[in-house]
This record gives sequence, structure tokens and C-alpha cells, in this order.
Amino acid sequence: MAVVMDKPHALLDVARHYCPGCTHGIVHRLVAEAIDALGIEGRTIGVAPVGCSVLAYDYFACDMIEAAHGRAPAVATGVKRSLPENIVFSYQGDGDLASIGLCETVSTACRGENITVIFINNAIYGMTGGQMAPTSLVGQVTQTSPYGRNPETQGYPIRISELLATLDAPQYIERVAVNNVKNVRAAKKAIEKAFRNQVEGKGFSFIEVLSSCPTNWGMTPQKALEWIDEAMIPQYPLGVFRDKEAGK
Amino acid sequence: MAKLTFREEYCKGCGLCVNACPKDLLRLSNTRLNRKGHPPVEIAEPEKCIGCASCAIMCPDCVIRVEK
Repeated sequence: MAVVMDKPHALLDVARHYCPGCTHGIVHRLVAEAIDALGIEGRTIGVAPVGCSVLAYDYFACDMIEAAHGRAPAVATGVKRSLPENIVFSYQGDGDLASIGLCETVSTACRGENITVIFINNAIYGMTGGQMAPTSLVGQVTQTSPYGRNPETQGYPIRISELLATLDAPQYIERVAVNNVKNVRAAKKAIEKAFRNQVEGKGFSFIEVLSSCPTNWGMTPQKALEWIDEAMIPQYPLGVFRDKEAGK
Repeated sequence: MAKLTFREEYCKGCGLCVNACPKDLLRLSNTRLNRKGHPPVEIAEPEKCIGCASCAIMCPDCVIRVEK
């Protein structure tokens, strides 16, 4: 019998701290599968964020660095420029990338650094206990928006992929989701392409992954996946926003 | 003929694999708990598994190894 699917080599054989049903685990696996597929484990350097995935450095088999809150793309820029032969990625949540690190995100994309950024958008701050994030939906109840996010005082959710797609430099920007088998397969392709772009020296690749947070959304893991379809995808449509290779 | 192997100490009993199985073969144990206290996933009728790997694709914790 042939092995159809197993834990990828680039993920360490350790228990991860994520809550039951948290899709961070799926995205970790997809990143590791991309590293395996391209055979780049020995020369890949990841940059972990602050947030739920702060401990990602304990889970990937490649070298990892922990950045200050939001500064992962800046750290990744430094690593890539000093070690241009290495493959450098950052793995960040929405509280990290879209809030405190928005400046670094936009500046790095604007410079078109040849790195790969994986952005987990679950519309909430997970690690700190479910506060409103810049990506929280209008009307979404969180710890800091107990009556639902009110755009009059709290603004509207920010669409990072669309925002970055207005810049000239990025090579590839796509938004994917990991809420069902079909979407996970599409996400796998997108993440692999984002790494391949870097191996081929093409420039800044950015993958936004719509992810779930059953604990802080107050839902069962399965209901949380359905909520991505019902509430998140209408606000954050899936698709390719930039692909210079395809002339887009 | 397909074969599933579960690394059940890593299972958190979230049930995403149970919902992903197109043949409805998986369930969470109602007789056992793993060391972390979660009811681990089990397969009811292993001979009916088609090896599509949908369960492993949705598993956040790499619990399921699929052979075919």
C-alpha cells in the first residue's frame, strides 16, 4: 500500500497547543507540505509572529525566528537580504499583520521583497481572549464589541489582500479559505505557488487564509467552518488579486 | 482497499474529520479518552474506507495517516 497522506516531514512530531478544531493546524500542514514538495526544508527560515501562532517556531522543522509584534515582514526582509539563497517566510495572524504590523506589511509589499507571507485571518484576536480585530466583521460580537462591531465608532473591516493589490510591486496575492476539503486543496496549491515564486526569485507573495476560531467565536469547530462560508466569504471574497505571471 | 492509522494521542476530538468523511465512517469514541482527555477518532467499518483522505485533509493535528 502506498501512503496517500501523512504528517509532512517539515512539521515536527510534537503536539501543538492550538484549541480543538482550530484551523491553524491545517495551515501549518499546508506550509510544511509546500516546503516538502519543493525540497527546501534545509534552507528555509520562518519568522513567527505574536499571537496564537507565536509558538510556530516549535512546530516547523526548519530554522525559525520569533519577531516582535507585527514586525515579522521587516525581520524576514533582513534575513532574506543577508541570506538571499535561503527561503524566508513569515506566518502571521490578523492582530499581528493587519493591526500593529500594518506598516511593515504595506512597506514590505511596496518594496516587493522576495519573501512569502502567510496571513491567517480569523476576524478576531485569539490569544488574548477574543477582542475585536481590524478584520472583525460589522456586527460581530467580541469581548471589546459586546453589542457587535459598530462601523460608526469602530470602522469597517479591512481587506488586506485588496489593499496590497493596489501596490505595483507584489508578485502574487491570493485569498483562500480552509473550511472544507475543496477549499483546503485550493489553499494548498496557492501556498505552494507562493513558495515556488520565491524559489524562482519572482518577488513578494502573499496568501491570506480565512481561518476559524471556534473558541472565541463561541461555536463548535464544524459550525465555525460553516460561519466562514456564511459570514466571512461575503466580506472577504476568495480569489487571486495579483498574479504577474498570469498578467493580472 | 484503504487503511487509516490514527496517532490518537494527538487527537483533540474536534470532529472535523467526522464531518468530512463522505462515507460517514468516522466517529469520536464514546468509550475511551486519550491522555489529554479527548475522545479520539475511530473508524466504524474500516473495510468500507475508500482512501479519499478527506479526513486527513481537514484534520488540524495530522492525526490520520492514509494508505491505499
